[in-house]
Amino acid sequence: MTMMAAFLPRVWTGFGAALVLTILTITAPARADLNLDLTRGTLQPIPIAITSFLGAGAAANTGQRLAGVVSADLERSGYFRPVDPSAFTQDPAALQGTPRFADWKLLQAQALVTGAVSVQADGQLRVEFRLWDVVAEQQMTGLAFMSTPDNWRRVAHKVADAIFKRVTGVNGYFDSRIVYIAETGPAIKRQKRLAIMDQDGERHQFLTNDNTLVLTPRFSPNSQEIAYLSYYGGKPRVYLFNIETGRQQVLGDFPGMTYAPRFSPDGGKVIMSLSDGSNSNIYTLDLQTRHQTRLTDGPSIDTSASYSPDGRQIAFESDRGGTQQVYVMNADGSGLKRITFGNGRYGGPVWSPTGEYIAFTKLAGGHFAIGVVHPDGTGERTLVESFHAEGPTWAPNGRVLMFFREGSSSDGRGKSASLYAVNLFGGNERRVTTPVDASDPAWSPLLP
Amino acid sequence: MYMKVLSLFAAVVLMAACSSTPKDSGNANGAGLGNNGMTTGSGIGNGSVRPGTQEDLAANVGDRVFFQYDHTDLTPEGRATLDRQAAWLKQYSQLTVTIEGHCDERGTREYNIGLGNRRATAVKNYLVALGISSSRVAIISYGKERPAVVGDSEDAFAQNRRGVTIVN
Repeated sequence: MTMMAAFLPRVWTGFGAALVLTILTITAPARADLNLDLTRGTLQPIPIAITSFLGAGAAANTGQRLAGVVSADLERSGYFRPVDPSAFTQDPAALQGTPRFADWKLLQAQALVTGAVSVQADGQLRVEFRLWDVVAEQQMTGLAFMSTPDNWRRVAHKVADAIFKRVTGVNGYFDSRIVYIAETGPAIKRQKRLAIMDQDGERHQFLTNDNTLVLTPRFSPNSQEIAYLSYYGGKPRVYLFNIETGRQQVLGDFPGMTYAPRFSPDGGKVIMSLSDGSNSNIYTLDLQTRHQTRLTDGPSIDTSASYSPDGRQIAFESDRGGTQQVYVMNADGSGLKRITFGNGRYGGPVWSPTGEYIAFTKLAGGHFAIGVVHPDGTGERTLVESFHAEGPTWAPNGRVLMFFREGSSSDGRGKSASLYAVNLFGGNERRVTTPVDASDPAWSPLLP
Repeated sequence: MYMKVLSLFAAVVLMAACSSTPKDSGNANGAGLGNNGMTTGSGIGNGSVRPGTQEDLAANVGDRVFFQYDHTDLTPEGRATLDRQAAWLKQYSQLTVTIEGHCDERGTREYNIGLGNRRATAVKNYLVALGISSSRVAIISYGKERPAVVGDSEDAFAQNRRGVTIVN
């Protein structure tokens, strides 16, 4: 990736009040409680015109498709509203120079994306784009990417990430993947297998067959491996799946059932629960030395452990106080502190990639909710309430969460499960399309 | 040896009795419903059920016990079922079994795995206290992955919170 053109380091002033509001809600989470209703109801997405990337020769068709992926990513974020391309009055060829800004102002676009794509003599795909401030009539950023032609979707996601970051000041999350559990069959004999896809649902692939029950997949920090629970051979254990080779191996040599795995942020360890039959305690397994370390000890179910991004602390749930609640402790098991005290039961804590929140699943009054709380126990808020919503996972930028909903089986459709994304303020909820029913999503970090 | 087993049994009964609350009847007996004790050959269903099989256990003894929401204590009905299971397992002493622990859907996936293990272990411990060798009894937790019935009613949930004895 090389810088194509230096962007002018001037403050982008053209977006007016809408932009100011967006930046506030994105960059000031401490004020989220105050802004909750505002962000749900009145967030004004930025109108953006995304033109087809000019393509020649072998890349002629790619230009349109690139623009389509960029447009879909930005729209889905809820912070952008793509302008209908059928109204565009300047074509991609004319847009290789400075745009006729008056044309784009007429369409009320506040931002404009132009670009070009070509296949180089060495077979490499070259994609360049520029982001323009229509009102201030200046370029905000311009970048060029080189990759192999079959990687064009990832390049489009990287373009969308660059635009998202330039406009919002927050890292993007579009060049990332989701691993989840694909579900088929009747509820009493549900078949579950590992599946992986891009964050937008494309490039979907099933990773395991449906002979063995698998649950709760989680990415390694380099996105190359997946830790998950498999009932292979009737002996449920935590396994490791290598995405490149397809190789599966049982993790560790534990005397009982292991479950609820997650990687440490440096990728060196997997943390998980070991059941002795009555109780479950939290252990780590060092992937290099295979050394096992016990972190909790007691007559309780301790599970769903999740490291803080700096690796110094661990959030987990325990019923040691009588009901499921979320606790935080140091990575060596010391300094235990309970952080949830509200009505109901709190489980499945997942530390955000920014470190500022812990997401959880809550059960109260027979209903489920997805919420977040600061690691010190303050600032708890509910993002989603539902008949059944469970299993949050964070987008790499910590501003979006994905989770799954299960439908009521009394609605006559039988059991159903689908993935949804929602922003940190509980707004912009979107269903994530999957080929079959889906649960237990896990979001990868941004790809390299 | 005999005394040891007896006192262990007493301890289990006491523990269960002081921590369990009686549940409403109606769905407490599941597959064992209407059968008091061992098979008599008079034929619930058909007479083709072979003695010492899973079908025999389910039809004539009761292959499952039920639990209250978020609880792992055996109910009085559950203990009665397990008393019959222990007698049946002594009769067919060559059999080994696996106890499956199950939960309803009103819980998070990972917690329910832990809870299912506890329920299966509660069943196993009771059978062992009645003299069944622990080497004959394995456990597995399915959490909420294998409901017995589909539905969102309390009745359906109650049938899914169970420990099921499976003949290996």
